Amino acid sequence: MNIEPIVFYLFSTILVLASVAVVTVRNSVFAALFLVLAFFTCAALWILLEAEFLSLVLVLVYVGAVMVLFLFVVMMLDINDTLLREGFTKYLIPGGLVAIVIIVEMAIVVGPENFGLDKFADPVARAADYSNTKELGMLLYTDYVYPFELAAVLLLVAIIAAISLTMRRRPETKYQDPAKQILVRREDRVRVVKMESEKIKE
Amino acid sequence: MIALSDFLILGAILFAIAVVGIFLNRKNIIIILMAIELMLLAVNMNFIAFSHYLGDISGQIFVFFILTVAAAEAAIGLAILMLVFRNRRSINVNNLDSLKG
Repeated sequence: MNIEPIVFYLFSTILVLASVAVVTVRNSVFAALFLVLAFFTCAALWILLEAEFLSLVLVLVYVGAVMVLFLFVVMMLDINDTLLREGFTKYLIPGGLVAIVIIVEMAIVVGPENFGLDKFADPVARAADYSNTKELGMLLYTDYVYPFELAAVLLLVAIIAAISLTMRRRPETKYQDPAKQILVRREDRVRVVKMESEKIKE
Repeated sequence: MIALSDFLILGAILFAIAVVGIFLNRKNIIIILMAIELMLLAVNMNFIAFSHYLGDISGQIFVFFILTVAAAEAAIGLAILMLVFRNRRSINVNNLDSLKG
């Protein structure tokens, strides 16, 4: 009894149901949580495809960082969900039709006639000591080292863009400037006034 | 046994669901961003399936870069969303018409 088809069909069912829930639930927080479920099941499917490093990166980066960012934004904004769902039922039937057409067309092109097991045989499973991470690293730091560094620059640009977009300058906020504090001199603060002493009237 | 076509059809189903998600939630930018993430997930699924069945690990390198770009896109998209909400007090797409003369 082979366990792989059971795992595949179980996880792909969960994946499809979770992604349907992402686009149909009323509450945006639930949509984000269902997207987390979809990412988790997708990571499990990637492990089935022997892409261990990427599936762990998917869990760490997507579930750990990107989806937390999504949840953070969804909870921070005061969103009126009912107003945002107007037109949902109106577009349900055309949207469903488009989805069915896309799936049928893609299934004809990438179906079992062209990409079945007779055309692409299931490769032999790797040995237990095979390291996907090592193979990926060997390729990433030799052939793809310049694209890798470009990706790093891209992330830096994203950081700067996100910070500069959301940073808000408030003129009413009072804050200290250490440079000005150090540069201040006695003359700026204290003024000694010479004046005649006044006589006290008796 | 699982064939390559099974993974490709799964990717196609995911992509179609994401397209329909953009149709249905036309007003809600957050759901649109999530649907874009789902589309990228479907594409990554295809890349990894081909990488596995063709025995070429370069496909996984490509997925690595797609993940990087998607993370940057999500960060900037959410930052723009915050700005829109701060200025308009809503994230309804219908309110984003201030460029209209």
